[in-house]
Amino acid sequence: MAIRVQAEPFDYGAECNAFAQRVDGAGAVVTFCGIVRDNEGRLQGMEIEHYPGMTERALSAIEDEARQRWSLADALIVHRFGPLAPGEMIMMVATASRHRADAFAAAEFLMDYLKSRAPFWKKEHSADGESWVEARDVDEEALKRW
Amino acid sequence: MSVTILYFAWLRERIGLPRETVETSATTVTELVEELRTREERYALAFSDLKAVRVALDQELSDFDAPLAGVREVAFFPPMTGG
Repeated sequence: MAIRVQAEPFDYGAECNAFAQRVDGAGAVVTFCGIVRDNEGRLQGMEIEHYPGMTERALSAIEDEARQRWSLADALIVHRFGPLAPGEMIMMVATASRHRADAFAAAEFLMDYLKSRAPFWKKEHSADGESWVEARDVDEEALKRW
Repeated sequence: MSVTILYFAWLRERIGLPRETVETSATTVTELVEELRTREERYALAFSDLKAVRVALDQELSDFDAPLAGVREVAFFPPMTGG
């Protein structure tokens, strides 16, 4: 199990390969990565702010919860902060389990929870100026299914 | 008692600082917010709509009714937008 909160970019392919190679006894690996959308070319960049200390605690708590709900061989969460350009990868999750259902469900659970329960905030920079991304009701609604 | 208060995202921008230490006699988060609101206009503006504000006590999500006894770090921020 690992959690990394970092400013620097990560190599998604290398992370996925390393993760898949180190999981022991797992028959399934699910990976997901989030990318900065360019909003039809309007977005110039994004800035991600976070709450050092609480971020790691919140992500650990979410990962612990996933491990209690599903039988996971391993899990990985990487989330960046600081300035990001359109097309850059923001974050990734990887989950491993004996059979695929647990890995798929746990990956979705991790994504749903870290969207609205981990202390990150996105600010978008466009030609029109800058604005904080507002939380969406659908993201809060998504938690109810768990 | 003395508490460290942290502000994030647009709360940090509206108040104009990322953190400060305050002496307070507030017993709940709501009372602390009331104290801050009366200090200066920028605080009143930042805390004008509490539905848009979340609070964490010692780095755990909490709510405005929560007691402050023993708390060392209070953080105010908008709903989170990770992922």
